[in-house]
Amino acid sequence: MSTTTPAPGGTGPAVLVRGARILGGEAADLLLSGGRIADVGPDLSGAPAARGAEVVDATGLVALPGLVDLHTHLREPGREDAETVESGTRAAARGGFTAVHAMANTDPVADTAGVVEQVRRLGEEAGWVDVHPVGAVTVGLAGQQLAELGAMADSAARVRVFSDDGKCVWDAVLMRRALEYVRAFDGVIAQHAQEPRLTEDAQMNEGEVSALLGLRGWPSVAEEAIIARDVLLASHVGSRLHVCHVSTKGSVEIIRWAKERGFPVTAEVTPHHLLLTDELVRDYDPVFKVNPPLRTQADVEALREGLADGTIDVVATDHAPHPAEDKDCEWAAAAMGMTGLETALSVVQHTMVETGLLDWAGVAQRMSTAPARIGRLEAQGRPLAAGEPANLVLLDPAARWTVDPAAMATAGRNSPFRGRELPGAVVATFLRGRATVRDGALVEPAGTAR
Amino acid sequence: MSRHLLSAADLDHAAAVHVLDVAEEMAATQRREIKKLPTLRGRTVVNLFFEDSTRTRTSFEAAAKRLSADVINFSAKGSSVSKGESLKDTALTLQAMGADAVVIRHPASGAPHRLARAGWTRGSVVNAGDGTHEHPTQALLDAFTIRRHLRADGAPTGSGTAAGPGSATGRDLDGLRVTIVGDVLHSRVARSNVLLLHTLGAHVTLVAPPTLLPVGIGGWPCEVSHDLDGALRDGAPDAVMMLRVQRERMSTAGGGFFPSAREYSRRYGLSAARLRLLPEHTIVMHPGPMNRGLEISADAADSPRSTIVEQVGNGVAVRMAVLYLLLAGDLGGRA
Repeated sequence: MSTTTPAPGGTGPAVLVRGARILGGEAADLLLSGGRIADVGPDLSGAPAARGAEVVDATGLVALPGLVDLHTHLREPGREDAETVESGTRAAARGGFTAVHAMANTDPVADTAGVVEQVRRLGEEAGWVDVHPVGAVTVGLAGQQLAELGAMADSAARVRVFSDDGKCVWDAVLMRRALEYVRAFDGVIAQHAQEPRLTEDAQMNEGEVSALLGLRGWPSVAEEAIIARDVLLASHVGSRLHVCHVSTKGSVEIIRWAKERGFPVTAEVTPHHLLLTDELVRDYDPVFKVNPPLRTQADVEALREGLADGTIDVVATDHAPHPAEDKDCEWAAAAMGMTGLETALSVVQHTMVETGLLDWAGVAQRMSTAPARIGRLEAQGRPLAAGEPANLVLLDPAARWTVDPAAMATAGRNSPFRGRELPGAVVATFLRGRATVRDGALVEPAGTAR
Repeated sequence: MSRHLLSAADLDHAAAVHVLDVAEEMAATQRREIKKLPTLRGRTVVNLFFEDSTRTRTSFEAAAKRLSADVINFSAKGSSVSKGESLKDTALTLQAMGADAVVIRHPASGAPHRLARAGWTRGSVVNAGDGTHEHPTQALLDAFTIRRHLRADGAPTGSGTAAGPGSATGRDLDGLRVTIVGDVLHSRVARSNVLLLHTLGAHVTLVAPPTLLPVGIGGWPCEVSHDLDGALRDGAPDAVMMLRVQRERMSTAGGGFFPSAREYSRRYGLSAARLRLLPEHTIVMHPGPMNRGLEISADAADSPRSTIVEQVGNGVAVRMAVLYLLLAGDLGGRA
């Protein structure tokens, strides 16, 4: 079967991907043409459409739909010293992503149609991945007044995900209104669940390590109390709630409870919360300072289990680059956040695939299909089948590499995985049939969907 | 050989006893007419103080000077630090000045660790109090004080007569009962003391309202109580250490840790009546500065049991020992 209708923006030469294990299954050829997957079959080398196509040998490689990140900080506008849309999307492509959601806590805040359209345009100009701006829930992330959510939804950026990420929409009435309001345009509120009074000047997970280190504790209950409130609100008003970066065992249990009752709730976990614990804080190295904080091994295990059983829908990076001076200081003065785009897939392979908790189809579901569905992206997270947009990643699961932040495409050097050996390497990323990454290296932007 | 003293946990049993023994030798030199020793001549000790603490800074300064080191006092107030210079740049500046040791007091927990481990300075780092984390030389001077009173020959609960008259050299604090009372949550003194006193064999009990104990204290090598009367009457402590409590912590903005100064004092203050519950030999300690009438009554602070003034003097001897061992000897230990 083949299609003759080109995908929007899909141009460039045909590509024949040979012998890729689709979702880790049987090896097959994929023919990419006109921005779409023209055909999938055991051997397409003789197909008429493959004549003259560029051949990519994918023997031993796993093919997944292009990854979609629901939670990326690209920092532009305002903090171009930390990251730009250009550098951040290059990092995304290298990590196997074909779409990212750019968080709203820029300067100015992405709380108007003007700012989200600017971010959208910067993404199109970069052309490495599709950039979908997230709109702020409240004006200036101040938690006082709803931002013009409808204007952002109706803008050229077509915003569907709204979040004050970095700040919690703590006012219960405002949260209720936001949930209700975005229903008009099928939006979703992505909540940063953090009760503010319980976390004033909080520095790390509250527990045995914080007690010993004398760092102000960040209790699990501060996250869980907000999630409990919000799942009940979402059920009450019948609106979609998405919970950002779930970090505790209790949060997993509350979300599981909500889903059992059919509440319209989705949730994400970051790669770093799937692997790292608060034991790493013992040397006070701020590369491990993050919001929400690294928790305990029991939390890590509950998060993995929740991701495996579908309680947690999505792996989202919360990629948060910072300039060196914001990390090269004492713990209390340091910024919170870690880079993650270029390590996400490897950390998921390490924590979920190699532990037997997920197969590659499960990874595709949680890193591509589900986030695309939550973000209402129609041309992302699609099956690797004929007629679908040619957004895919080829990874070598047998590769091993040592994380070197200086070698990354992101401008941020704050990778908590620095020096670790991780499995799995992105070999190629295709956006609308064009290779943004080949042989593990950036090639050229694929351009826009228009 | 350890190059830094960042935490009381850096000292194992042998190292801790050795520091106290060297401190005894240093104290002996301080009873001479000429107090100054040539040991650290030509070495530079920087007192890097990002918090006001005249008491600790002058103690370190006196210790370094009596060892003939050159001392540079660098305090954050009025310096480039208050203009936004980072800890890193300050450290690099001091490194360029040739600091052999940096004594750091900082409001951020872990700042000494960053100084020691981030490669900003080649000198030895001594933690002189970091945030709500640790204050290891305070714990050493407290242990020194306890040992002198309770483990020297002829001391009330002392055992054996191996060393010379009045000497505690070579001894630890095995079996001694030390009760520490007050704001453990915010106290760097409490953290260092729990670790060091446990290393030296003492049995430590912390007494505080539940609000002023950290969540996660379960793993500490000590007992925890909320009942001061019970701890004093039934615990029969050999030493009682009262911690400073800040009045600002009452308000909502301050965290709402206790209802009023009066209630705190009634439940957790060392009153004259509680003083009478103590065995005759028990000493009363306080790291200073005291809030008389809040955590400690005048009767307790001024009683013959009080070692509060003596603790200050012992601080100089202990800090001489630490600087000497770091710069000219071997501190030993785990770090």
